[in-house]
Amino acid sequence: MNYLASIGSYAIMIKEVFEKPTKWSIMRSLILKEIDELIFGSLGILIFISFFIGGVVTIQTALNLTNPLLPGHLIGFATRQSVILEFAPTFCSIIMAGKVGSFITSSIGTMRVTEQIDALEVMGVNALNYLVFPKIIALMLYPFLIAISMYVGIFGGWIAGVFGGFSTSADFIEGIQLDFIPFHVTYSFIKTLVFAFILATIPSYHGFFMKGGALEVGKAATTSFVWTSVVIIILNYLLTQLLLG
Amino acid sequence: MIEVNDIYKSFGDAHVLKGISTCFDKGKTNLVIGQSGSGKTVFLKCLLGLLSPDKGTISHDGKIYSQLSGDEQRNLRQEMGMVFQGSALFDSLTVEGNVMFPLEMFTKQSLSEMQDRVDFVLKRVNLVDAHKKYPSEISGGMQKRVAIARAIVMNPKYLFCDEPNSGLDPKTAILIDNLIQEITQEYDITTVVNTHDMNSVMEIGEKIIFLKNGIKEWEGTKNEIFKTDNEAVTNFVYSSELFKKVRQMYIEERN
Repeated sequence: MNYLASIGSYAIMIKEVFEKPTKWSIMRSLILKEIDELIFGSLGILIFISFFIGGVVTIQTALNLTNPLLPGHLIGFATRQSVILEFAPTFCSIIMAGKVGSFITSSIGTMRVTEQIDALEVMGVNALNYLVFPKIIALMLYPFLIAISMYVGIFGGWIAGVFGGFSTSADFIEGIQLDFIPFHVTYSFIKTLVFAFILATIPSYHGFFMKGGALEVGKAATTSFVWTSVVIIILNYLLTQLLLG
Repeated sequence: MIEVNDIYKSFGDAHVLKGISTCFDKGKTNLVIGQSGSGKTVFLKCLLGLLSPDKGTISHDGKIYSQLSGDEQRNLRQEMGMVFQGSALFDSLTVEGNVMFPLEMFTKQSLSEMQDRVDFVLKRVNLVDAHKKYPSEISGGMQKRVAIARAIVMNPKYLFCDEPNSGLDPKTAILIDNLIQEITQEYDITTVVNTHDMNSVMEIGEKIIFLKNGIKEWEGTKNEIFKTDNEAVTNFVYSSELFKKVRQMYIEERN
């Protein structure tokens, strides 16, 4: 019953986020601030992770393709498919659930604990619109991060493949061009947009409706990470079935 | 004027407010006193509209809050100023940004007009050199003054303060009390202050209601509180040695 009540209050929260909008001049600066914090602030860690994940995917693929009859370009092909279809959109979103999600929950939760949200409500401000809407809009730029992640992931794979002696540069590049289906990138970006909405709203929900003090802020951040990850993984399955199945 | 008519509020099995009725007059500093857990904060949140009473009505100059539409409630809230116990200043904004926030949100004033108004209210609360500082860079007393400045910047009809003296030294606490009273009289505001600070009661208590276990146990002025025979009130007011001695002297003088 608690889960159902939570889903219900999450749905009501989403509705309220889009009601009684904040003045555009204020909202514009909030959105720019969130883009800086949530998108640009995550660029470094995503590039770092993507580079090494791409490298690991290449090495593991190469180590499992021991049959000499298999063409060398399969390493590049497998790396491209893994990175574009799963590692960049889904794996990075789980990382973002930890980084961005915890930040959102703890910052909104701290505002709740220190009565800043009450102060907004007393003034007649729609606190949900003021706090959550700019995060949703900022995270709509998340596909740009994932595009960079895809590029860096494949580049990491090329570095690992060529400099680790697992593949030649020509084979790897031939592999990443082989049987390219543009819809796979579209599918990834659709997933990413859905995940972006989840990344903005579930942590906000846990922060906004938390009760208690500093300890509870920490607990809310952990719960938010768990639920954001769970929802991302379930939606990943559903979207894959719908779009590629 | 705020009229409270027989309000009840419960959270599950905990009955926090049990049939409170009272009236808070315009231009007066009204105090709500009582021990921790007596229901003061819940009562104040009901007055602000942050909580809805389960039963009973609250009317702000004839407007019954629960009968207003969402937009009307938001408009009414723009006529309210609130000073929170912990000041509740926005960490990401400077002192100036905090005070300017309601103006930016709800008025169409130009930047220079807003700036003038901010300068005026900050000067009114005796803060002149802290415009560009962040809340974390100023003292608790200064934060309270910024909170008061933010609460009055929109010329509110109603001012609510939740334990405005908590965490302040006695001298600063008196300054804050006097500031609240001066502003109340100067702008003819209906002010309600939650406190358990007896110095505040003696300084600014033009009307006092005493809550005990969610019930209004006593109502009167700062002069009447000295004379009352209500045991719950005297136990609360004279719980400190200092006030016991003050009462003793008062009784001796009277005899």
